[in-house]
Amino acid sequence: MRDNLHRFFRAARGAGVHVSPAESIDAMRAVAKVGFEERSILRDTLLLTLAKSEDEKKSLGACFDLFFSQPEPSRPDDANNDNRAANENQAPESQSAQSAAGGHPQNLGPLAQILLSQDTSELAASIANAASAAGLSDIRYFTQRGLFSSRILEQMGIGRLNDDLDNLTASNPALAERLTVATDALRETVRQQVSQALSLYGREEAENLRNEILRNAPLSRIEPRQIEQMRALIRQMARRLRERFSKPRKRQRRGHLDVRRTLRKNAAWGSVPFLTAWKRKHRDKPKIVAICDVSGSVARVSDFFLLLIHSLHEVVSDVRSFAFSGHLVEVSDILESKSAEEAMRDIMSTVGFGSSDYGSSFADFERQWMESVTPQTTVIVLGDARSNNLDPGADILRRISERSKRLVWLNPEGRMTWGWGDSEMPRYATFCNVVRQCATAQQLERAVSDIVATYQ
Amino acid sequence: MPDSRPLASIEAVESGLASQGYIASRQIATAVYLSEQIAKPILVEGPAGVGKTELAKAIAGWRGLKMIRMQCYEGLDEAKALYEWKYAKQLLYTQILKDKLGEVLGGAQTLHDALNQLHDFGDVFFSKEFVEPRPLLQALEQPQGCVLLIDEIDKSDAEFESLLLEILSDFQVSIPELGTIVATVPPTVILTSNSERNLGDALKRRCLHLHIGFPDSRLEERIVESRVPGISKTLRKQLVGFIHSLRTLDLKKQPSVSETIDWARVLVLLQASELGHEMVKDTLNVLLKYESDVEAALPHVTTFVANANRQNVFG
Repeated sequence: MRDNLHRFFRAARGAGVHVSPAESIDAMRAVAKVGFEERSILRDTLLLTLAKSEDEKKSLGACFDLFFSQPEPSRPDDANNDNRAANENQAPESQSAQSAAGGHPQNLGPLAQILLSQDTSELAASIANAASAAGLSDIRYFTQRGLFSSRILEQMGIGRLNDDLDNLTASNPALAERLTVATDALRETVRQQVSQALSLYGREEAENLRNEILRNAPLSRIEPRQIEQMRALIRQMARRLRERFSKPRKRQRRGHLDVRRTLRKNAAWGSVPFLTAWKRKHRDKPKIVAICDVSGSVARVSDFFLLLIHSLHEVVSDVRSFAFSGHLVEVSDILESKSAEEAMRDIMSTVGFGSSDYGSSFADFERQWMESVTPQTTVIVLGDARSNNLDPGADILRRISERSKRLVWLNPEGRMTWGWGDSEMPRYATFCNVVRQCATAQQLERAVSDIVATYQ
Repeated sequence: MPDSRPLASIEAVESGLASQGYIASRQIATAVYLSEQIAKPILVEGPAGVGKTELAKAIAGWRGLKMIRMQCYEGLDEAKALYEWKYAKQLLYTQILKDKLGEVLGGAQTLHDALNQLHDFGDVFFSKEFVEPRPLLQALEQPQGCVLLIDEIDKSDAEFESLLLEILSDFQVSIPELGTIVATVPPTVILTSNSERNLGDALKRRCLHLHIGFPDSRLEERIVESRVPGISKTLRKQLVGFIHSLRTLDLKKQPSVSETIDWARVLVLLQASELGHEMVKDTLNVLLKYESDVEAALPHVTTFVANANRQNVFG
């Protein structure tokens, strides 16, 4: 049973519950006290010791139910009923079959005997043994299902069973038929068990793999069905960034000795400096002005970027976002008040999907919102810098750059294409502190974390 | 005679708590049993008014132990939670003992000798007599053990949480001048939290995590029965049915068990034998604590009362 518990801990980790070694030891001790007799108590015990929040309790409960609901290793009911019906109808014949089965046990392999004797508990035990011998709890990907099924069957002696079946077909067709039915049922049971194991142990790995792929996929080309997953991933990133940057270390903030305050503090001792006072380095919270291109090709990237920036409340004190394609509007309020999907739809319907005109959009910004840029502000421009051969307005960008702390340009296109066709990137790049490619979620996270880190 | 032997079984816990008027669900009883068996604190989470604090009181009452309660709030620190030196007493004693000190030091010829003699006294002024124990230290010093209730831990600062870790895992505290003080009998520790902020993983790891939600109607009826003995069976059923339908509404503050009990008491005082919608409308402010909630609930009262009454006829 201890093995079972260990396997359960692994399954729990797969279900997203963090089970540390110390917690698993506690759980073992608790289980030793309450025993295994009553399943509901065992369930409560494991929920109490392992899960540490309501969400975790929910997923661990589901995991427990799945783990301890082993697929019934008996043959399906209908097969049993068929047999019974056959028994009733042709009693003498089946009796002879029974006696035949009883008569030639030495000819049959152990697996065939178990199947014919309909001993469900023994069958279950033999499946469980074979599964642990085949290392079923190491299953990670759905492509491995066939491999593990056949490994388990091999372990149980399917080869011998097939030989028996061939022999019986010649000598005792009725018995052979029963054995065939039982064998099919066995295959089905094993298949079920493997799928269950996959959903228990494989979940974490599958999730990691999917996230890894998603993280490195170009944002502008992901499929509509992946958008939800992507949003979840972005939220996860935001949480990580928040955890990393929201608690500045106090120690790092100590600056030079504050002579005036030290003297004043020690006036009582004739200014012998028993107590020292230190200056504190002043640290700004990031102020960000984000100017995002929402024309066709860049829209999706802007969407995720805005979602990320606006979920960093604790870290970033002040964000103002602007969106443009032909002209520029402020979108901070829409993003703050509505859900991500609605906000994006609103923004798109007002300014989206036009052909982009960087020059006039920058002019709009300078005319109305230039005061929002202060020496503490990081200005982030997100766009492909393709201005359709219109006036790029690079001089306005220079003025923005001079007013701000930093000017960062994120471009979803690869470096190779910068400057080709109507791309004005090289001209803009001269005024930017940082220019980087930002096409995937991973690059997006790095870009934002670098921007926030400059304030720490 | 209160029972202070090790707990026999989960059922014993259940009946013991019931004797104090606390009707515990299976999960709660299991948690209490386990916390005693493997000596771990229980962290209780759940909405306000479901009996988190009451649980600690019931355990203390049943086991006949002293309950030490520590209410957490922002700015709570070591001096208020753990121990403090009695400065005034220290000063007073030095004044009183001044002459004695003079005598002792009188024989010394040089400053160096005097210093050496002073060293021989050791840390008289930093001994146990001058420590003012605060709740956490008190809990460790109880000779028969006790129930330590750390209430609303989520209201305290993150630093205080780290202070608790040593006590929670090893039942000991380290006082620099005195050394480590280990509990004579490990206290039963209950921490409660309203999830106002997320607690640290280190704290959660050291505790059994128990979530108490709103009880199902059968359990709630039993709770009302034990707390408000004078109530008739019909009214009890109707009342619990009504509150359960009230909880399905989208309210700012859902009525919890404590409100159910208060309301049952009010209805008994008003000598109601059945739930009438006029009376419900008059007494709704006992259940709902926000004006907007009362307004949201009022249009549904008639339907809910009718439903509760109908259920009663068939159930």
